[in-house]
Amino acid sequence: MKKIIELKNITKSFDGQVVLDNINLDIYDNEFLTLLGPSGCGKTTTLRLIAGFESPDVGDIVFLGEKINHVPPYKRNVNTVFQRYALFPHLNVFENVAFPLREKRVAKGEIETKVREMLALVALTGFEKRSVTSLSGGQQQRVAIARALVSSPRVLLLDEPLAALDLKLRKDMQQELKKIQKATGITFVFVTHDQEEALSMSDTVVVMSEGRIQQIGTPIDIYNEPENAFVADFIGESNIVDGIMLEDRKVSFSGHVFDCVDEGFGHREPVDVVVRPEDVDIVPAEKGMLRGVVTSDTFLGVHYEIIVDIDGFKWMIQTTDFTDVDEHIGLYIEPDAIHIMRKSEYSGLFGDYSSYSMEMDEIGVLEEEALEEVLEETEVPHGE
Amino acid sequence: MGNKNSSVRSLRLIQRLCLAPYSVWAALFIIVPLIFVAYYAFTDNQFHFTLENVKRFFTATSSVSDASGTREVRTYLLIFMRSLKLALISTLICLITGYPAAYIISKSSARTQKIMITLIMIPMWMNFLIRTYAWMTILQDTGILNGFISLLGLRPVHIIGTEAAVVIGMVYDYFPYMILPIYSVMAKMDSKLLEAARDLGCNSFGVLHRVIWPLSLPGVFSGITMVLVPSISTFYISQKLGNGKFYLIGDAIEGQYVANNLHFAAAIAFILMVILLACMAVMQRAANRRAAV
Repeated sequence: MKKIIELKNITKSFDGQVVLDNINLDIYDNEFLTLLGPSGCGKTTTLRLIAGFESPDVGDIVFLGEKINHVPPYKRNVNTVFQRYALFPHLNVFENVAFPLREKRVAKGEIETKVREMLALVALTGFEKRSVTSLSGGQQQRVAIARALVSSPRVLLLDEPLAALDLKLRKDMQQELKKIQKATGITFVFVTHDQEEALSMSDTVVVMSEGRIQQIGTPIDIYNEPENAFVADFIGESNIVDGIMLEDRKVSFSGHVFDCVDEGFGHREPVDVVVRPEDVDIVPAEKGMLRGVVTSDTFLGVHYEIIVDIDGFKWMIQTTDFTDVDEHIGLYIEPDAIHIMRKSEYSGLFGDYSSYSMEMDEIGVLEEEALEEVLEETEVPHGE
Repeated sequence: MGNKNSSVRSLRLIQRLCLAPYSVWAALFIIVPLIFVAYYAFTDNQFHFTLENVKRFFTATSSVSDASGTREVRTYLLIFMRSLKLALISTLICLITGYPAAYIISKSSARTQKIMITLIMIPMWMNFLIRTYAWMTILQDTGILNGFISLLGLRPVHIIGTEAAVVIGMVYDYFPYMILPIYSVMAKMDSKLLEAARDLGCNSFGVLHRVIWPLSLPGVFSGITMVLVPSISTFYISQKLGNGKFYLIGDAIEGQYVANNLHFAAAIAFILMVILLACMAVMQRAANRRAAV
């Protein structure tokens, strides 16, 4: 596969605050790559560096083998779909899409053909003369995509493009974006804080936190083989407990020795052990590898989500079996359901559900979104 | 339910009460005087209906002699055209200097913006007459400007009593009315739009030409209106800085008024107002059409 963009040792700070800390990332031709992380992790700054709105303090941005650190945005063969679309309110739908072509002085007939082609691609045929301010959020989104694609860039950058849409529309647009990417063969670099979105759309997911890349991999790798506690916790639900690697394929945690499939750790090396809530089987207490007491039980339709207290550490388990609160149950874990991670700075911060409640989680999400908005407004320095 | 209705009703009442002082003010000092102007414009001294005053504006002649001889001219049309010319020149100068200034201010830091806008507004807090007198002392043949020029060893310039002096006075007085509306439109402009334009292939000139300029047009139009209208009808500046040599339409109104020709003064004022309103309507339509595209 051909590398289109390489980020090499990139560091960037604003007002003395390090936003990106030694980022290395290769982006390949034709792939759908997602930068995933919580607000303030540096994903948007990474995107702005590729677009040319910022330049790195240290390191190089390489585009098709050429260093482009200081090439201005208008000379880069890269276009952006902005978070709030940034459509030109003084131009109608047709003229918004035609904007980059007019700048390149493309012949009139060709503009007509290309714009209509693009509007057909995003299912907006017949909207040519409409004012962009009269469109719904989803329609504005499509115009923004058509406008960014019409001049056939090598790379399309999408900055949380679905964040402002409601859930149903967001799901539709996810499918549609994926389809457009396949149809055009253009490399997409997509920024989001929504892990589900990242997993469902991407070829490659780049998980970021605190200005550093935590893991790069396919959605399946990222989910099944998280590199550290941050990734394990950020992608889906995880029980993360302290363990000790006894030998290859043998790990001890919660007072029991388990068979597992991981090897290559040191003798008696302390590790983080990840067990996904859906990978635990509930068995009668006397037959369990681990024993615990059910402390809460929530029916979620497809399954129950229960919290089990095992020697003071609370596990989350998703099961289709009904259990009562205060019931003593046993847990059975298959060797391949256990994933071993090396200790990291994130060890001990995640993966315990003792303070967990669904309500809290939702409030957390809302707060994060509100914070995100505030950050976005302040992140970009005003003016140049 | 009943509670809600009554609270809505009392809110409306409060709104109306808040509006009342302005409504009374507007009726007394805007509507009634306008009716009087129109009434006087179309009546004679005995308050009988007449079109004489209006006719006089378009037909009155006087003879002018200059180097090429003596000519008959239509007095008030000539004065009107002269006013229009000076007002247009002043407006153009305000626009050409004010537009880039507004742009630069809107791009600077919040602190600088505040300081710059205050500096622009401070002269507006001083009395108009005092400002004009200040320009008299600056521009006089033996004034501050010429004192400075002769200090540099250059030949003094004669400005006072020329059209240039009148234009300088108008530009100085009305410049804030140009820069403020343009600045306020630019300050509100979404910086993402400018980024989008650069992203889509525009260099700095392209961004200015294709995004900033069209989006700032509403500010430009209101700036033009706010400078053109007062400068076309000014009389004091031309009297003081033009030494009374450039009789403008405002001077004509004042002159007729002082000479107690209230009906003709009203007619000139009325015609001027109609012409200005027509101009503004045309500009507004142009602005709306731009906005609608």
